[in-house]
Amino acid sequence: MTTRVALMATCLTDTFFPDTARAVVRLLERLGCTVEFPPAQTCCGQMHYNTGYRRQATTLARHTARTFADYDAVVAPSGSCAGMVRDLYPGLHRSTVRVAGRTYELSEFLVDVLGVEDVGAYFPHRVTYHPTCHSLRMLGVGEKPLRLLRAVRGLELVELPAARSCCGFGGTFALKNADTSTAMLADKMRNVLDTGARVLTAGDNSCLMHIGGGLTRLNTGVRTLHLAEILASTEEEPWVATP
Amino acid sequence: MGRNPVTWLGSPTFPTAARTALADVQLRGNLAHATGTIRTKREAAVGELPDWERLRRAGEAIKDDVLSNLDVYLTRLEAAVTARGGVVHWARDAAEANEIVLGLVRAAGATEVVKVKSMATAEIGLNEALEAGGVSAIETDLAELIVQLGEDRPSHILVPAIHRNRSEIRDIFRATMPGASPSLSDRPAELAEAARAHLRRKFLSAQVAISGANFAVADTGSVVVVESEGNGRMCLTLPRTLITVMGLEKVVPSWRDLEVFLQLLPRSSTAERMNPYTSVWSGVTPGDGPREFHLVLLDNGRTATLADRVGRQALRCIRCSACLNVCPVYERTGGQAYGSVYPGPIGAILTPQLGAGTDDPGTASLLRSLPFASSLCGACYEVCPVRIDIPEVLVHLRGRVVAEKPAYAPEAVAMAAASWVMVSPRRFRFAQRLLGPLRLLARRGRVRRLPWPASLWTDSRDVPAPPRETFSAWWRRNRG
Ligand code: SF4
Repeated sequence: MTTRVALMATCLTDTFFPDTARAVVRLLERLGCTVEFPPAQTCCGQMHYNTGYRRQATTLARHTARTFADYDAVVAPSGSCAGMVRDLYPGLHRSTVRVAGRTYELSEFLVDVLGVEDVGAYFPHRVTYHPTCHSLRMLGVGEKPLRLLRAVRGLELVELPAARSCCGFGGTFALKNADTSTAMLADKMRNVLDTGARVLTAGDNSCLMHIGGGLTRLNTGVRTLHLAEILASTEEEPWVATP
Repeated sequence: MGRNPVTWLGSPTFPTAARTALADVQLRGNLAHATGTIRTKREAAVGELPDWERLRRAGEAIKDDVLSNLDVYLTRLEAAVTARGGVVHWARDAAEANEIVLGLVRAAGATEVVKVKSMATAEIGLNEALEAGGVSAIETDLAELIVQLGEDRPSHILVPAIHRNRSEIRDIFRATMPGASPSLSDRPAELAEAARAHLRRKFLSAQVAISGANFAVADTGSVVVVESEGNGRMCLTLPRTLITVMGLEKVVPSWRDLEVFLQLLPRSSTAERMNPYTSVWSGVTPGDGPREFHLVLLDNGRTATLADRVGRQALRCIRCSACLNVCPVYERTGGQAYGSVYPGPIGAILTPQLGAGTDDPGTASLLRSLPFASSLCGACYEVCPVRIDIPEVLVHLRGRVVAEKPAYAPEAVAMAAASWVMVSPRRFRFAQRLLGPLRLLARRGRVRRLPWPASLWTDSRDVPAPPRETFSAWWRRNRG
């Protein structure tokens, strides 16, 4: 029996990180799922919600609920967007309750629904993992991403010091309190560099865009890569970025 | 008086104050060290209790019951305190509370009072009010004394001088403490000894003491103060007259309820299993302790806060400071950037609510900035012993700020436009294509500089160049 899955790419990943979404498709299909991409999807409304624009967030939540109404499982490669849908949608509008109960962050879907930890991936690099705040505290993904990473062949996983400390992104916080956000980023980057890892991974492209933007600005030579792209990589088809 | 209730008058908005604080290398070092240490200790102390989550839920439930039946418990408390020889006063705001206290001090014929560390009296600016009335108030908590002598402002709820290190404290003592030796060193034992000698004289001469209250048991009219130094107990037992200023929400129904908080509070605040000095008194006891006891019940914005269904949970706070110690923003900026005696996550949700009625425009813009002083990482909610969902309240208060903005405010226009675009797949796909030209600015896949307001991002972070093809376009081409 194949599992039919709707991919919620998220607006940021769709627009700036298509490799991540393609990696999710490749990974889930490899694991026997049928992946669909409902084309009406746009944005979950998290930015509006978190900045205090509840009415507009509700409009976007209702649109998202309609878009994904026909699916039994919705998978998002983002802890914060999945957290928005699952934890916060029901408080906005009752029409969203169904989609809220069927939305998963990628690592949860793999471990809890598909019941796999070894996804057959191969990624011969030194990697460290940053647990993003919403995946950690809103969804409670716990060790799941680490269990997935530990099963990747060739991958050397190094522990990130002060891993649970926020990277300082926080959506519009990064602009409204740019100085504080940058101070938090500086500490996160120092910890990443201390690990000696070549790759920093996480389950959220938003945080990775922030940390990665700092890492390239300083020419640190450390690259950021979404968890999905590591898990999609195999010996036969190793990961390559689309030029 | 240089101060509005709750905030310090003339304080800049949070982002402005934070910029100054972030540049202070010494402060960053002091804070990172202090918060890091207490954070680790708290985790260990909490980890010892298998029923911690149930205790938190009990604490939450008791406080919620108190908040929804405040009238019942407060009148019960008043009756019990009165029956045991105490006098209860009600104060609507800071000015009323200060006037009551000053009147009581004058009636006792005192010009000097000793003080137990208290957030409520700091909130209302009691020391400044007494000063203006010719009464000097002496703080007896060590950290509070350091702040007072240094003519400084507190930066933490539990350890108001957390931003100071040993050598700074030595310099303050040498310069301002009567009788301090000019050769005083920065050894903690010597500093404590100097403070002890200074305070002992005050304890023995003071006629009036002023305290706050951590809890008050309605059933028996018993007021509870928890502290770690024993200085508070000196104040509570030696002077003839004791005046306690207590926020309305500090009442608990019974001793059984108190038991829950006496477990939650020490582990959360100082990472101790049991609090070192817990003082409890019920009215007055002839021949033992103060002969006169006054309890001032303070509103100062609390009933207004109670009217807000989401915001009211801030009144569950037991002032443990755990949320400050884990907050990544507080750890970088310190407490003074919050412009109020309540810093950190709790300050960001409590100060805007307690101070809501302000008519000072500067204060109003500080209050508007506070709910945004958070990345919503949720670390505060995770540790709060009474389960205050601080991120939820922050977002709620952001909504209030937004609702006051005119529709033509640049941010409101941008947000309205963004949602108008995003609610329509067609418009969204079109907007995605408009980002394409950004590629022209990119070098090696990165855009390094953009005009304002995007410069707020690019000042410290690159922007990835948009890809040649979005995912949705790729899907349509290959799978659609
Ligand atoms: S909000 Fe919670 S964690 Fe923060 S000081 Fe109050 S009780 Fe403690």
